[in-house]
Amino acid sequence: MWASILIASFGTYAEKLLGYLLPVHMLERESVRRMTGLLPVSLLAALVAVQTFAVDQALAIDARLLGLGVAVVALLLRAPFLVVIIVAAASTALVRWLGWLP
Amino acid sequence: MGGKRGGRGTDGDTGSIDRNALGIGIATGAYALSFGAISVASGLSVLQAQTLSLFMFTGASQFAFVGVIGAGGGAVIAIVTAMLLGARNSLYALSLGPVLSPKRTVIPITALLTIDESTAMALRYDQSKKASRRAFFATGISVYVFWNIGTLFGSLGASALSDPGILGLDAAIPAGFLALLWPRLTGGSSSDNRKMWALAIMSAAVAMALIPFLRPGLPVLFSALVAVAAALLWGKTSRPIEGE
Repeated sequence: MWASILIASFGTYAEKLLGYLLPVHMLERESVRRMTGLLPVSLLAALVAVQTFAVDQALAIDARLLGLGVAVVALLLRAPFLVVIIVAAASTALVRWLGWLP
Repeated sequence: MGGKRGGRGTDGDTGSIDRNALGIGIATGAYALSFGAISVASGLSVLQAQTLSLFMFTGASQFAFVGVIGAGGGAVIAIVTAMLLGARNSLYALSLGPVLSPKRTVIPITALLTIDESTAMALRYDQSKKASRRAFFATGISVYVFWNIGTLFGSLGASALSDPGILGLDAAIPAGFLALLWPRLTGGSSSDNRKMWALAIMSAAVAMALIPFLRPGLPVLFSALVAVAAALLWGKTSRPIEGE
């Protein structure tokens, strides 16, 4: 675990450093710029889906989906980040405690 | 980010820059509480979570890293996912270079502080190099301090619990990713937002379809191909749209 934490930290830091050390034209190609802007959208959306539905390598609908729905409502109401997280976790914990969803 | 609109006259003075920087720092400190808690729920120690906040210091990558580890995706996939998400920081650094013109000795710390928030603030106060630098460093340092304090309290809090799952922390993870994604889906023009929603839904669908066939973590990496396809596709059509 420690090795992967240090490698990942070094790698993401090197990405930042790279931008200051490389000549500007190398990364300023339009296609690269566009792709880097779109990558976070794809990855974050995929992470939302996977973390909501995956149980190891199976798909499941459980209390996490309800938590995500509550998070959407909170975001639509422009709630701050921490509130979004707390209401999602709390609603999930509640329906589990009530035994309505696994 | 956004929503901060000071009067034009006082916009660039150091007091208003510092106040905005402090506000942004406190808000991201709240993110960090959940990062610390989720890290521990995913199997990291308090010190390991803190190491990520001290040295990786880029939120989405950190959340993704612990998310993949927690899902059993393994180290390599966690590292690659974190770095793909961190690739945008290279572009931030590229656009900040000419704005901040950091001296060689200052580049290492400037690089560390290069994140969404500090970049946005430096580019917002671009009326002078002095204001840009002030905005960048005030925001970067403020976020760095609150991000690390938040991580510590979050991880200590979660490790005091016997079973973090009982508090619904597993649902906090997708909610956290959605909250990070949300501004990218709603922050642009309506045609941009439609494109981003389409991209997000396609990526989520691809990842979900792959879950049964690939080991945990890999479906998310494959979704990056959707972004590549979209960049190529929209690249060809973007010129006529801009000409409207």
